[in-house]
Amino acid sequence: MLPEPAVAAGKATRGWIDPRVRLAAALVYSGATAVWQKPESIAAALGFALGLAVFFRLAPGPVLRRLFAVNGLLALLWLILPFSLPGETLLQLGPLAASREGLLLALRITLKSNALLLALLALVAPLPFPSAGHALHRLGVPGKFVQLLLLTWRYLALLEQEFGRLRRAAALRGFRPRTDLHTYRTFAWLLGMLLVRAVDRAERVRRAMLCRGFQGVFFSLQEFRLNGRSLGFAAAVAAAVAACAVLEFGG
Amino acid sequence: MAAQEPIVALRGIRFGYPGAEPILAGLDFALGPAERVGILAPNGSGKTTLFLLIMGLLRPQGGEILVFGKPRRVEADFLEVRRRIGLVFQDPEDQLFCPTVIEDVAFGPLNLGRSRKEAVAAARRALAALGLEAFEDRIGFQLSGGEKRLVSLAAVLAMEPEALLLDEPENGLDSRTRLRLVEVLEGLAIPQAIISHDIDLLTALCDRLLTLEAGRIREVDGEALHRHVHAHRLGDRPHRHSPTG
Repeated sequence: MLPEPAVAAGKATRGWIDPRVRLAAALVYSGATAVWQKPESIAAALGFALGLAVFFRLAPGPVLRRLFAVNGLLALLWLILPFSLPGETLLQLGPLAASREGLLLALRITLKSNALLLALLALVAPLPFPSAGHALHRLGVPGKFVQLLLLTWRYLALLEQEFGRLRRAAALRGFRPRTDLHTYRTFAWLLGMLLVRAVDRAERVRRAMLCRGFQGVFFSLQEFRLNGRSLGFAAAVAAAVAACAVLEFGG
Repeated sequence: MAAQEPIVALRGIRFGYPGAEPILAGLDFALGPAERVGILAPNGSGKTTLFLLIMGLLRPQGGEILVFGKPRRVEADFLEVRRRIGLVFQDPEDQLFCPTVIEDVAFGPLNLGRSRKEAVAAARRALAALGLEAFEDRIGFQLSGGEKRLVSLAAVLAMEPEALLLDEPENGLDSRTRLRLVEVLEGLAIPQAIISHDIDLLTALCDRLLTLEAGRIREVDGEALHRHVHAHRLGDRPHRHSPTG
């Protein structure tokens, strides 16, 4: 099944914030955070992301799990970067020399990644997919792209079901994947059949849409309003990003 | 019935899919303004094709299609047909593609040019008529099979159609949901054509029964006395069977 937002504890407790504001805030925040180079500004950005996570009352369990996954990947960087970037030697391990520059770069990347992940979990993850799609449309993303996104989301589960059915049908007749030509051929058939069925389904969906008067234009029911809380929130994010910019470029 | 002009009239329709035998060969069909017609025919005999032809989703290779008294030939002719006649598809999964139930049901009214408010109101009315008020914000693909079927019917009813084509509406429904469907269809005062394999459903609902044979419609008239043998628990005690359940 599709991953449902598991971290969405904040919606009920902290009132409603316009999805457009959430998406725009995520965009501005992550764009800016990618730019920061100084430790002060990066630390401030991470602090703000933590603040967001607390403000939206994200459930600690799922958040930690996701952070763990990302930091597992980052651990690889800590193993590689210090030894591959030239610079002032801090530590000599036999023929390998760890550089100060490398360590700092690994640290920067780690802090930034955690900050971005936390902010996105707080701002974007709790949004129901449909609201996010419609908000993207209102923010100027082309309608066709948004519909593609929403239809993909809607039919992904169906495709997965279909593929599961095909696989089970194969398994029930004794098919066990191995590394041989028979396995590759079988998977090619499964995928091919999935494609054929998807095309077939697409045609039936198109017909059903035509029957309900569809003429190429999608209308949306979603209503957005910029309430005081949303405006206040937008101002807070803008102020935080500005503060980071001052730390980065000022003084 | 025969004196009034039919809502839908097909004359001498010929149709075949590429690379296969023609499945409709000079078919005549009429749906009157106040009748329920049942179509009971084997798989692959062209029942669904018949509905797709009426809605203009397929074009006949010969013959004439009249809907609301006007001949329909090109795509533009059928736009009005699709506004005024509702088709409930065999697989509700094909019909429900919006993220949430209310958006799905309001999709038709919005396409008819209603305002957002009117569309939502029409959608709520249609859902309420089927007892689905609580479903508004449910996610489409998380509904059960029976729920999907009823929502897809609501999606069509929200457009306030003047006639209804139903393609195996009882398919995959449990007996309770099926009963509700029968009640709903009985309560609708618009002409309906119903494709089904369920003879009990058709005899309970329909004024006349048709079947497709060799690419043509044949009226099934008269009743033949016959008996059924069946088995169930406690069958040896005196009992009654409900007519539709």
